[in-house]
Amino acid sequence: MLRREALAKLTGRERYVDDLPLDDFLWGMTVRSPAPRGRIASVRFGKDIDWSRFVVVDHRDIPGPNVVALIEQDQPVLAAESVRHVHEPVLLLAHRSRAAVRSAARAVEVVVAEEPAALDFRAVPAPAQIQYGKDNVLKHLKIEKGDVERALARAPVVVAGTYETGAQEHVYLETQGMIAYLEGGVLVVKGSMQCPYYVLKALQHALGRDETRVRVIQTPTGGGFGGKEEFPSHIALHAALLALKSGRPVKLIYDRGEDMAATTKRHPALVRHRTGLARDGRLLAQDIEVVIDGGAYVTLSPVVLSRAIIHAAGPYACDNVRITGRAMFTNAVPFGAFRGFGAPQSQFAGERHMDVIARTLGVDPVELRRVNLLKDGQTTATGQVIRDGTDRVAVMERALELARYREKGHEHAGFNATHPTMRRGMGLATFYHGAGFTGGGEAALKSRLRVAGRADGGVEVLSANIEMGQGTLTVFTELAANRLGLEPDDVIIAEADTTRVPNSGPTVASRTTMIVGGLVERACDDLRRRVGLDDASRGQAVKDAIRRWHREHPGEPPIGEAAYERPPGIEWDDKTYRGDAYGAFAWAAYVTEVEVDLRTCGARVIDFVAVQEVGKVLNPTLARGQVQGGVVQGIGWALMEECKWQQGAMANNQLTNYLIPTSDDVPPVRVAFVENPYPHGAGGAKGLGELPIDGPAPAVVNAVARATGTDPRAIPVTPERLMELMENAVRG
Amino acid sequence: MNVLLPDTLPQALELLSQNGDAVPMAGGTDLMVHWHVRPEAHQHTFVDLSRLEALKPLSWTADMLVLGGLTTYWDVIRDERTREEFPLLVDAARQVGAIQIQARGTWAGNIVNASPAADGVPVLMAYDAIVVLESRRGREQVPLDRFYSGYKQMRRRPDELIVAIHVPRRRYSYQVFEKVGSRRAQAIAKVGLAVTRSDAGWRVVAASVAPTIRRCPTVERLLETGAAVASPSDLLPAIAQDVAPIDDIRSTAHYRTRVMARLLYHDLRDFWGK
Repeated sequence: MLRREALAKLTGRERYVDDLPLDDFLWGMTVRSPAPRGRIASVRFGKDIDWSRFVVVDHRDIPGPNVVALIEQDQPVLAAESVRHVHEPVLLLAHRSRAAVRSAARAVEVVVAEEPAALDFRAVPAPAQIQYGKDNVLKHLKIEKGDVERALARAPVVVAGTYETGAQEHVYLETQGMIAYLEGGVLVVKGSMQCPYYVLKALQHALGRDETRVRVIQTPTGGGFGGKEEFPSHIALHAALLALKSGRPVKLIYDRGEDMAATTKRHPALVRHRTGLARDGRLLAQDIEVVIDGGAYVTLSPVVLSRAIIHAAGPYACDNVRITGRAMFTNAVPFGAFRGFGAPQSQFAGERHMDVIARTLGVDPVELRRVNLLKDGQTTATGQVIRDGTDRVAVMERALELARYREKGHEHAGFNATHPTMRRGMGLATFYHGAGFTGGGEAALKSRLRVAGRADGGVEVLSANIEMGQGTLTVFTELAANRLGLEPDDVIIAEADTTRVPNSGPTVASRTTMIVGGLVERACDDLRRRVGLDDASRGQAVKDAIRRWHREHPGEPPIGEAAYERPPGIEWDDKTYRGDAYGAFAWAAYVTEVEVDLRTCGARVIDFVAVQEVGKVLNPTLARGQVQGGVVQGIGWALMEECKWQQGAMANNQLTNYLIPTSDDVPPVRVAFVENPYPHGAGGAKGLGELPIDGPAPAVVNAVARATGTDPRAIPVTPERLMELMENAVRG
Repeated sequence: MNVLLPDTLPQALELLSQNGDAVPMAGGTDLMVHWHVRPEAHQHTFVDLSRLEALKPLSWTADMLVLGGLTTYWDVIRDERTREEFPLLVDAARQVGAIQIQARGTWAGNIVNASPAADGVPVLMAYDAIVVLESRRGREQVPLDRFYSGYKQMRRRPDELIVAIHVPRRRYSYQVFEKVGSRRAQAIAKVGLAVTRSDAGWRVVAASVAPTIRRCPTVERLLETGAAVASPSDLLPAIAQDVAPIDDIRSTAHYRTRVMARLLYHDLRDFWGK
């Protein structure tokens, strides 16, 4: 079928929030902190501006608690007495003219009496830098299995290593934006977002309104990658406050510079490994420490840390594992959700470390992985028994074969010995990604979804899960049409409007297809029963029954409902971090070929093979697209995307200086799927969206290491950094 | 914002002479990049040159290629003869931004924008291009390699317009353009290098390693004299004489110097003395 919104997007007719018609509205603008930490001594309004012509909002205009509701209630909507990071919002302005409000924002001076800021999450904070608890640790987590110390003491070989990953900017094509206006007594907020109910909750909390007086509507969203998970609550609140104070519609759209400077990024991380091994490479003990930079507020850091540590040991069997995690408070712009959610950081370290181990032991990296990859019946670090019938070694073999890994290895030996300026190498990473919320998260969400029968016999899917380019509209359409034997044109997907759609949970965590898609199927089944049909009824019979219902119950459409139910046999203990962390893991092996130019030290990926087992592939085109996009994003993170920091804020907040790969920087990404249907996922599918960002960085850097004989431990491996490594290798 | 729209060159020159701080605007591509973050620029008076048809075409004479004051990168890419006689102009033009920028951006604009990281300037300089300036007071010609006097400083008075760029036709026995950016397309140069050899001798022009695009006379002399160069590091003393790279948001001085040495060494391997 044709992608649902394809024509609208291709022809430019799709209307994003900035394109929506709006009468008699004001442009909003945010005035931000210039300092990373301190007391707000004063706010000075420039003398050349007639401020009576502007709507001005500060923390005193917030009707409810001055908090953006999330995990902890620590982040203010607008800073009141003090600031904790550069670009923290202090004041809001609105005016009819965008140019006027922009120059007015520049004419406001926030004077901060500065205090010592904590800017390096890796350093032990000095007493004067402590701002959270006793030690600036936002969250501690620990996983323990077996007896690590004993196993390390007995292991014939112990290999240690420290790895670092940098922040990453989402670079969604559409920047953050919201509009807010009053419709009678109801506050309407529309904009670009992944989680309409998160925004609703934040608005209710800080504005002191119940759900009958707030309505949140998602507009077509031009990319999210996690950047529109928690952040839209902030900009929604800002637009709402200006609309409430002015009584006029308000539009608040970030330009690229503001978006890159003031919104969340991927958490920087530092990971230490100490690994006990048998001589043949079998893992005997894994001692892993994961530290992430949380930034100035808690935001989602505890759950990012959780996913990071759960994935840190890799898809390997080991009887003795200890993983400790810390999320550190710093006075940096808060870090937030980003595709992969901690797993890319800890798996970069783990997969790079596997190659470091292989080199130290003098074993083949492929063999090292082969002897350690989980076999059915073995357990992960949290004690989850893996028994899904997937042959993880076969997934790896398939990738090696498609990439001609072994032949290429021989070819490269000859090439590297003779070429004056080029060096080539192959790199491998084997990894996994757990789909859906961690542990008891899905049960706590209690997601609900409805499918309504329409008067014409078709159906409407009512869900809070949104399209952001990944294909939700198309996949939900296919799932409903297949379940009921209808044509895709008989299915419509409701706009994600909180007054119409139930809370089917956030569009995050690779959960939309696998988990919410399952609710689509079950709500279709329920609808069929409501209209008096058995489960075998399909197509015309369904349409006829729905039409009949409408004739018999005018004005009361038939509604099928479904609510999340935990698959049988899943147990998780959040206190001990033991049990089934995820309903299902997707498995993958990525192999890449890299060429390094010795003149510039630039590394270029010249071949990429991505093989994964993601359950049943529902839509091959969309699935391939997800993998290719994730791989490109991963190559960017590995080689070129680098946030340059100044006082905890991004200094290179332009797309001319924060570079993402162009089509010329990546090879064709060759994608293959091994299909092994997952019985509890929609149509047999497992989560796919995040998996492809976990593997590219370690595969690419392992290949760079092989090509150059260096040992990079931190990403991005920019040409500047690789030059240093190569010069040090020559000297050392 | 105040935009003046002359129909002819004399009108344009008249407007420039009357408005001392007016900014001539050709393709507008450099202005637009910073437009929304430099509100102070909005107060300027701009002289939009887009109606000056006479400045658009490129042309050939018996002894030179003449780029007009409004000739774009795309005009050069499309010109068969330029591709044959001055291939580096085409190489450089293809590496400027994306096709949209190549279609609007002009060679003269690239010169007066005076970015040390320009793509068009190094190849023009390596071909000994001459800048033709005109004002109501008359015309003058300045060799491009003597046009800049410091960072964003140049020998153009506010009332002058670049009306043409003359590129002398010569027989080149060697020519190469290298642009090293942080990615393969749509990047700003971290190191740029244009090298040519003709009867007039070697020209080595470097970008992004000094406050201006500049020739490297010490390196040129090494080539002219056939000095022995056995490794990239042998070139470092000469490079240190010729350029002054810095650490900035895009790269480091160390990296820039090393890459320049390696590119020169490997690209010119056949010409260094043994």
